[in-house]
Amino acid sequence: MSVVGTRKIATMDDFLLRALLGGLGVALVAGPFGSFVVWRRLAYFGDTLAHSALLGVALGFILHINLTLGIFIICQILAILLFISQYQRQLASDTLLGIFSHGALSLGLVALAFMDNVRIDLVSYLFGDILAIGYDDLYWIYGAGGVALLGLVWIWKPLLSITIHEDLARVEGLPVDRINWLFLGLIALIVAIMMKVVGMLLVTALLIIPAATARRFANTPESMALIAMVIGALSVGLGLWGSFEYDTPSGPTIVVAGCILFIGSILLPRRH
Amino acid sequence: MLAINKDNNSQPLLTLSNVNLQISGRSLLESVDLQLKPGEIVTVVGPNGAGKTTLLRVALGLQKPTSGKVEKAKDVTIGYVPQKLHIDPTFPITVRRFLALAKGHDKTKFVPLLKNVGAEHVIDSPLQGLSGGELQRVLMARALMREPDILVLDEPVQGVDVHGQVELYDLISRVRTERGCAILMVSHDLHLVMASTDRVFCLNKHICCSGTPEVVVNDPAYTALFGPYAARHLAFYVHDKEHQHDHEHHHECCGNEEDSNNG
Repeated sequence: MSVVGTRKIATMDDFLLRALLGGLGVALVAGPFGSFVVWRRLAYFGDTLAHSALLGVALGFILHINLTLGIFIICQILAILLFISQYQRQLASDTLLGIFSHGALSLGLVALAFMDNVRIDLVSYLFGDILAIGYDDLYWIYGAGGVALLGLVWIWKPLLSITIHEDLARVEGLPVDRINWLFLGLIALIVAIMMKVVGMLLVTALLIIPAATARRFANTPESMALIAMVIGALSVGLGLWGSFEYDTPSGPTIVVAGCILFIGSILLPRRH
Repeated sequence: MLAINKDNNSQPLLTLSNVNLQISGRSLLESVDLQLKPGEIVTVVGPNGAGKTTLLRVALGLQKPTSGKVEKAKDVTIGYVPQKLHIDPTFPITVRRFLALAKGHDKTKFVPLLKNVGAEHVIDSPLQGLSGGELQRVLMARALMREPDILVLDEPVQGVDVHGQVELYDLISRVRTERGCAILMVSHDLHLVMASTDRVFCLNKHICCSGTPEVVVNDPAYTALFGPYAARHLAFYVHDKEHQHDHEHHHECCGNEEDSNNG
């Protein structure tokens, strides 16, 4: 009895620890990227990438590869398509994003419906399943997340210049297109790893809510990114706790925690 | 005035020859010729939609012309002063940091440069909180940090009150005198800009007339383009189909009426 009991507690602790580690990892990556998503008004772009995730899951099943890798591949393809199509002038960019976003989401559902031998838990893909995070997920989160952060640090300064004025950056000789490509590619990478924690419908929330909350406390781009990391981590911690305490779905609870922090930050009196 | 080189024989820094631009079947620029020589101030004027900003983008190398050539002399550095910035209010950035983002910046130059353009008091202000005139000065400081041979300004006095406009044009003239850099700017304002420019190009997709301000304002093509506009200070113009095409050396109207009316 006692042996079973301790093992049960050990497993319990283990999956909680994995959930917390995974959630924190994702929050740390989401902070700086989310700041750029807010500055460059790319929220809808992030949504569009995330909505293609089911298509990535289908691809993963077809090719018998890791599902996160499948999601990553599809997100990359979509990012490239979106990047190319921004040069056309027929459709407004939000119309185009809407088509891609809902098209990819529906295509993913249809593709999965065709696979008779595949049964997926749709809700866990839509809203995340942080408690099911395994060790391989942690490797993905920390490996890919670390690569994404390093990449972002590498292009940080030129990316800030581009965010202020793209043409000015071009005239000053920055390789604007190459940096934009790289940035969108990195976003596609982190969307794929964030899926596990908050699910495809809430990925953008975890990107933009901590960043928007951090704005009140930041006076440089760097401080905003760092504060967004902390606020994201707080949201994950609070959300996980709330999810246990009140037996609520973890992904949405993390987002609710983020929203509470955001509202709190608005209600705080301004320092100046 | 030693820095100013008005010698007509000096090599142009920037030459646009027979530049045409069509985008999705729409003609935006038609056989545009333009030369910029060291130390001169050239202003492109024209009504809204005449292609002024497009012409600047072509000159800056941001937009490839459909046909024609854009040639830059060797080792010419261009400083670009955009009309405005579209920065999200959530982006925490001060003027100091903005200057520090310039490629090859030198921190010790920030204060002298801002003083030079009359904007040292905003060095620690957020970029989004600047007035139109302050922003233009800050953008000029950033452009001047590159020690440019050519300063390109896109409607530098847009949204600035008349007093501020005079000050900005004075500043632009002073920058030219002090640094000897050539200046290429576009404007839809007519009165003030004429006082501080060496040559004027009237643009309405094609160059309608060009020359010194005195020559241009007496040109029938200029009157045709700006007569009602200048008189009533409204942003519209009546294209006089009957206007005289005078092909003398200073002013030539290229492009034909059908084209400019279709576009």
